[in-house]
Amino acid sequence: MRVEAYERFFMILAALLLVLGIVGIAIGALVAGVHVPSPAGRVDPRTLTTTPPFDQPGLRDLGGGKYEAVVIARAWQFQPDQIEVPVGSTVTFTLATPDVIHGFVLTGTNANVMVIPGQIAQVTARFDRPGEYLWVCHEYCGFGHHQMFGKVVVR
Amino acid sequence: MSATARPQAFAGQGAIAREGIFLAEQLWPIKGQLVLALLGLAIGGIMGLIQALDRIGIVMYKAMLMQTYYQGLTIHGVLLAFLFTFSFNNAFVSLMAIRGFERPLASTFLVQGAFWTMLVGTLLAAYAILTNQATVLFTFYAPMRASSLFYLGAALLVISTLLTALNLVLTRRAWQREHPGERTPLLGFVGVVTYVMWALATVGVVVLVVFFLLPWSLGWLKTTDPQFNRILFWYTGHPIVYFWLMPAYISWYLLVPRQVGGRVFSDSLVRLAFILLLVFSVPTGLHHQYVDPGIPTVMKVVHLFTTFSVVFPSLVTAFTVMAALEDGGRARGGRGLLGWIWKLPWGDPSVTAQLLAMLVFILGGATGIVNASYNLNNVVHNTSFVPGHFHMTVGTAVALSFIGISYWLIPYLTGRELMGRSLALAQAWLWFVGVLLFARGQIAAGLLGEPRRSSIGEAPYRDLIHAGLDNWLTAIGGTLMVISGLIYFIVVLWTVFGGRRLTQPLGIPVAEMRFGARETSPLLDRLGFWFLIAVVLVAIAYIPLILLYLPLQSVSPPIKVY
Ligand code: HEM
Ligand SMILES: [Cu+2]
Ligand SMILES: [Cu+2]
Repeated sequence: MRVEAYERFFMILAALLLVLGIVGIAIGALVAGVHVPSPAGRVDPRTLTTTPPFDQPGLRDLGGGKYEAVVIARAWQFQPDQIEVPVGSTVTFTLATPDVIHGFVLTGTNANVMVIPGQIAQVTARFDRPGEYLWVCHEYCGFGHHQMFGKVVVR
Repeated sequence: MSATARPQAFAGQGAIAREGIFLAEQLWPIKGQLVLALLGLAIGGIMGLIQALDRIGIVMYKAMLMQTYYQGLTIHGVLLAFLFTFSFNNAFVSLMAIRGFERPLASTFLVQGAFWTMLVGTLLAAYAILTNQATVLFTFYAPMRASSLFYLGAALLVISTLLTALNLVLTRRAWQREHPGERTPLLGFVGVVTYVMWALATVGVVVLVVFFLLPWSLGWLKTTDPQFNRILFWYTGHPIVYFWLMPAYISWYLLVPRQVGGRVFSDSLVRLAFILLLVFSVPTGLHHQYVDPGIPTVMKVVHLFTTFSVVFPSLVTAFTVMAALEDGGRARGGRGLLGWIWKLPWGDPSVTAQLLAMLVFILGGATGIVNASYNLNNVVHNTSFVPGHFHMTVGTAVALSFIGISYWLIPYLTGRELMGRSLALAQAWLWFVGVLLFARGQIAAGLLGEPRRSSIGEAPYRDLIHAGLDNWLTAIGGTLMVISGLIYFIVVLWTVFGGRRLTQPLGIPVAEMRFGARETSPLLDRLGFWFLIAVVLVAIAYIPLILLYLPLQSVSPPIKVY
C-alpha cells in the first residue's frame, strides 16, 4: 500500500494526540481522583419504599465530616429535596427510583449520575465553600420533568 | 455547478436512460425517499424553534399545537435523527452506488421495499406521537411506555435501512462477478462499508425492540430491565452517529474535491479511513453510559479506548479532505500558505454549504472528545453541553452537508436549474452563524449545569442556573438556523416547481485520485475480512459486559407519565 510522507506524518500526529488524551484522562483518574460512578447494588423499584435505606430517606451523619444523603427520585420530586451540611463536608448521595429513569446533576461539582430503575446510584461531592448548590433531574421523566430539583445548603 | 459541467458523467434523466444504469423503477423510490428526508427536515426543524425560544422563557408549544414541550421534542428528535438521516442516506448512497459501480442496483424489489417500509414506519410513528401516545423522546427509554405502534414504526425505519444494506451488498457482489479480479470502485465501496457497519450496529436496537419493548408494550412481558435496555439502545446509539456522518464523508472525500477542482490524495487512505470506521464504530457504546450506575467500571474503561480509536479515522478525514481542498485551491491559482482558501469556489452554494459544514465539524469533533473523555463526562453528561455539541455534528456537519449536496442533486434529478443561488449562499452562511451562536449558548449553559431535554422556560429553577445570557445566544442562534431552513425550502420549492429547464446536462461530480485504486493493497478491498474483525471487537467489548451484568434485573412494568 502506498502511503505518502505527508500522510504518514499526519497519521502519527493524530495517534499521538489520542494517546495524549488518554494520558490526560488517566492523570485525572489516578492523580486527581476524578472517577465515574461505579455499581452500588441493585434494588427492586416496586418495593423501594420498604427497602432499607430507602425506607428512611434523608441525611445521615457518618462522623468525621462525612455524610450520606439517601434520596428517592420519583416523578416529579426528589425526597428529600433539601439537605444542610457544614462547610468542609463530604456527602455521598445514594439514589434510587420507584418509577421511570431520572438523573442527578449537582451544579458546581463533578457529581453526575443516572438514576435507573433496579439500580442504586451513588456519587460523592465535597463542599468547601458555603452557599447553595442546586441539583436537578437531567433525564426526561414525563411532563413534569423540569419541576424536579433540590438543593444542598452549605453553612 | 461550474465544476461539474465537464460532460464526463451521466446527466439528467435523458443521459441516465442512455447509460442504462439508472432505471426508472429504481429512481422513483430513491426520489421518494429524498422527499421523505426533506419533509422530516422541514417539520423537525420547525419544532426546533419551540425549543430554542423556550430557553428565554418564550413557551410556545401550545401555539404549535403540542400538548407538552416534550411532544414537540419527540418530533424533533425522531424526524431529524431517524427519518431525515435514514431516508437521505438510503437515497444518496444508493445513487452513489449506481454511479460508482456503473450498473443498476441488484434488486429493484429491495429499493422499492426500502421506500415503502420507510413511508409506513413514518406514518405509524407519526400517528403515535401526534396522538400523544409516544411522548418518550427519540431514545424511548424503558420503563416509559409508548404505544406499540411507535416501536413498530421505529423498527420499520430501521428495516428500511437494512433492506438498503442488503441491496448494496448484493450490488457489489454482482459487480465483482462481472469484473473478476478487479478492485471495487471506491465510490461504490465506501457506501457499502457504511451500510455494512450500520447493519452490525442495528443488532442492539433490533433485539431491544423485538425481544423487549414490543412484547412488553403489548403486555406479553410483564416487566423489563431498564439498565439492560439502555445497554442495547446505546450499542446502536453510538454507531448511529457514524451512520449519519459517513455519507457526508463520502461527499467530502469524493465529490467536493471535484466541485472545487482538486483531486483526492489517495484511494488507499480513503479506503483505510472507512474500514477503520467499520471496525471501531460499534464497540464503543458505553461512552454514553459513563455515569450509568449498573455498569462495571472496567468495561467503561474498555469502551473509552475503543472510543478514542474511532476518533483516528476522523482525524485522517480532516487531513485528506483538507489536502484535496488545497489541491483544488492551488489549481485555481491560489498562492502562499493559506491563499488557496480564498480561491475555492465560494460562490457555489453547494460548495460553500459543505465547506462551512466541515469548519463547524472541527468544533463538533473537539467537543465530542470532551464527551468521550471518561471523567470529563461527569461535568457535561446530559447537560445542554451535549445538544451544543451535536448540533455542530449531526445538526450541521451532516445536515448542512446534505443541504449542500441537494444543491446539485435536486437539479441533477429534476433537470432544472438551481434557482435563487444568492439566497442559497445566504442560507449556508446564516446556518453557520446561527449554529455557532446556538452552540456557544448551549455549551456554556451546560457547563453551568443546565440540564438538556428540559423545558427550561417552565422550570422553577431557571434563575438559579445563571445562564441567562447563554440562553439568549441559544435562542438567537436557533432562530437564525430556523430562518436559514425556511430559506432553504424556498430555494428547493422554487427550483423544483419554477426552475428553468437545464440546457446542458449535469453530471455527478466525482473526483479523480492522485494515486488510484491500482496502488491499493487488495487487503483494503476485503470487506468480509474486516467485517469479521469488527464482529470480534464487538464480542470483546460486549460479551464480558453482559456476563458481568447478568442476571437481568427485570423489575419494571410499563409506566406512562406524559
Ligand atoms: C433548525 C434549527 C434547530 C434548532 C433551533 C434546534 C434546537 C434544538 C434544541 C434547543 C434542542 C435541545 C432541547 C432540549 O434539550 O430540551 C435540540 C435537540 C435536538 N436536536 Fe435540534 N435544532 C435544530 C436543528 C437540528 C437538526 C438539523 C438536527 C439533526 C439533523 C437536530 C437534532 C436534534 C436532536 C437529535 C436533539 C435531541 C433531542 C432529545 O434530546 O431528545 N436538530 N434541538
Ligand atoms: Cu426528570
Ligand atoms: Cu457516542
